[in-house]
Amino acid sequence: MKYAFYPGCVARGGAPELYDSAIAVMDRLGIEHVELTRAACTGAGVLQEKNLKMGDVLNVRTFAMAEQLGLPIMVLCSTCQGVMSQANHRVKREPEYLAEINKHLAAEGLEYKGTTSVKHLLWALIEDIGLDTLKATFTRELTGMNMAPFYGCYIVRPSEALGFKENPERETSLETLIELVGGNVTDFAGKTACCGFPILFINQANSMKMVANHTGTAKDLGADAMVTPCPLCHLNLDGYQPKARRQVRGDSADLPVIHVPQLIGLAMGMSEKTLGLQKHIVSTKEIVRKAEAAPASA
Amino acid sequence: MQVNLKVKRFDPVDSGGKTWWQEYTVDIHPDSTVLDSLIHVREQVDGTLALRCACRASICGSCGMKVNGGARLVCKTRVVDVAPNGEQLTIEPMGNQHVVRDLVISLDTFFAQIKRVQPFLQPGFVPDHGEYTASNESMENLLTSMNCIMCGCCVSDCTVLEVDSNFIGPAALAKAWRFTEDPRDSKRDERLKALNDEDGGIWDCTRCMKCVEVCPKGVAPMDRIMELREAAIEAGNTNTSGYHHTESFYNSVKKNGRLDETRLAIDSAGWMNIPRLLDLAPIGIAAMRKGKLPPIRPHKSENHNQVKRLYESVEGESK
Repeated sequence: MKYAFYPGCVARGGAPELYDSAIAVMDRLGIEHVELTRAACTGAGVLQEKNLKMGDVLNVRTFAMAEQLGLPIMVLCSTCQGVMSQANHRVKREPEYLAEINKHLAAEGLEYKGTTSVKHLLWALIEDIGLDTLKATFTRELTGMNMAPFYGCYIVRPSEALGFKENPERETSLETLIELVGGNVTDFAGKTACCGFPILFINQANSMKMVANHTGTAKDLGADAMVTPCPLCHLNLDGYQPKARRQVRGDSADLPVIHVPQLIGLAMGMSEKTLGLQKHIVSTKEIVRKAEAAPASA
Repeated sequence: MQVNLKVKRFDPVDSGGKTWWQEYTVDIHPDSTVLDSLIHVREQVDGTLALRCACRASICGSCGMKVNGGARLVCKTRVVDVAPNGEQLTIEPMGNQHVVRDLVISLDTFFAQIKRVQPFLQPGFVPDHGEYTASNESMENLLTSMNCIMCGCCVSDCTVLEVDSNFIGPAALAKAWRFTEDPRDSKRDERLKALNDEDGGIWDCTRCMKCVEVCPKGVAPMDRIMELREAAIEAGNTNTSGYHHTESFYNSVKKNGRLDETRLAIDSAGWMNIPRLLDLAPIGIAAMRKGKLPPIRPHKSENHNQVKRLYESVEGESK
C-alpha cells in the first residue's frame, strides 16, 4: 500500500513520538508514504469558526495534491480525519461550491476532481492492511494488559461524513486492535466524549474535569493504559493529567495515554525509545515492563 | 421476533433513591419501535415501569431516552435498526437532567436553559396593522433551529453539561440563534454580547458534535453555536479567550501554513495575562524535559507563501 502522508501539526510539534512511532510501524509493514510537505493545517475546526470557506479551500488544496499523486491520504490525527472528511463530504455534494474553490487553487496549478479519500492509520491498518497481515508482524502477545479505548469526537462524529454506514467496523476499530494485540478492552462510557482539549485555553476548569473523569474512570475500571487515535486528546489526557487529577480528584496521574502506532509497535516488539514512550508526561514504564515480559506470539 | 431490554429503573420512594437494572424479553412485531417494546412491557409484563410518550410519530418530543448510551426518540428508533441480530438493548433515562422515575426525566433543567436566552421575539417597532411579518427568504435559513421539538436529546448527551451545569446548553443556544438571525428582532447586538460574555455562554462549547449526532430533527445545535461565535466576533465582541484562540489559529496558519502551538497557547491566555501565563509555564517545562515541547520557532509548511496567497484570495472575495 502507498499513501499520500499527512502527519498533521501535532505529530510534527507537541507529540513528535506519534510521528516517529507511526513511521516505524509503517516501515515494518512495508507501507510506502509520500509526505505532503506543502500541505497546510486542516484548520482543526477552529479556523472554520472564523471562515468555513477558508478551511475548505485549504483542505481541498491538500486533496488535490494527493489526487495528482494518485494516492489516498493517510492521517495520524482524528481531528485531521474529521475536519478533512467533513470538507470532502461538503465539496463532493456541492459541485458548484467545489468549482468556486478550484478557482482559488488554479494559480498554483491545482484542481480537485473529488476522488481523494482520507484514512486514519487506525482505519488503514484494519481496512487496507488487514488483521491477518498485521498480526503476522507481531512478536509479542500483550496478554493481561487492560486497555481503555478513547476515540474522542472527530473520528466518530458526524458519522455520515466519516463513512460509518459503509464501514460499520470503524465504530469498534480501537477495540479490534486492542484485542488483536492480545489485550483486554476496558470499556467505559466516556470513550466517545470530548477530552477537553478544545476548551483548554478557554475554560480550563471544565477541561480539567473532563481529563480527570476520563482517566480516573478508566483507571478505576482496571485499565493499564488508554489508547487514542487523536494526538490532541493525547496532549490533554497525558500532559494535563497530573494537574487535572490533583485538582479534581485529589489523586495523582497514573494512566498512560498511548497513540495507536505505539500500541501496534509494542506488539511488534519495538523498543520504548523507538516508540518515544519515554516522551510521555505520565510514566509509561509499567506498560513497557509488562510488554517486555509478555509472551512471544504464537 | 423477540427483543431483550435491559432497563435502568429508579423509584424515588420505594427504592430509597437507588437505581437498579431490570431485564425484560418480549415478543414484538418485526416493525416495532423501541417505544412499542417498552409500551408492551408496561402493558403486558410490568405495570410499574414508568415512561413518557405521546404522539408516537417523532413530533411531540416526549420519548427521549438513552438507547445503548446515546439519546434518541424511541418512537423513531426501530428495534431491527439498533439490534439487527437480536442484541440486548440498554435503555436509560436521558442524561444531564433530573430523573423523576425510571425513564421519565424532569423538564425543569431544559426549560431553565431555554429561558436564559429570552426565547421570544423582541421587535423594535409596532406594525401599523396586522402581524410582525418577514419574507419567506429571510426566514428559510432559520428552519434548522425552528425544527427543534424540545425533546432534550442534545442536552442529555452534551459533554459540557456533564461537567458544568451552568452551560446554557445546545438546545437553548440553537434557540438563541433563531432570534439573533430573525430580521424582525431588534436585540441582536445585546443578545450576542450576552451570549459572548456570560459564564456558560457560546465559548464554552467543546465542538464535540454529540448534539449534532443525536438531534432527531437536524437542528445541528453545534453548527448554530459556531454561527453565533462568528456573528459575535463580527459584532465586535473580541474580549474572550475563545476569540483570541480562533484569531490566533487563523493567523498562525496564514503565516506558517501550519499551527504554531506555543503561540496559540500564549495568544489564548493573553500576552499581558501574567497569572494565566504562569499557569502555562509548568506544563511547558514538563513537556520540554520530556523532549516534546512544540518548537519555539514554528515549523512552516513548504511553500507556505501559497497559503498566504490563498488567504488573500478568499478574503478578497468576501469583501
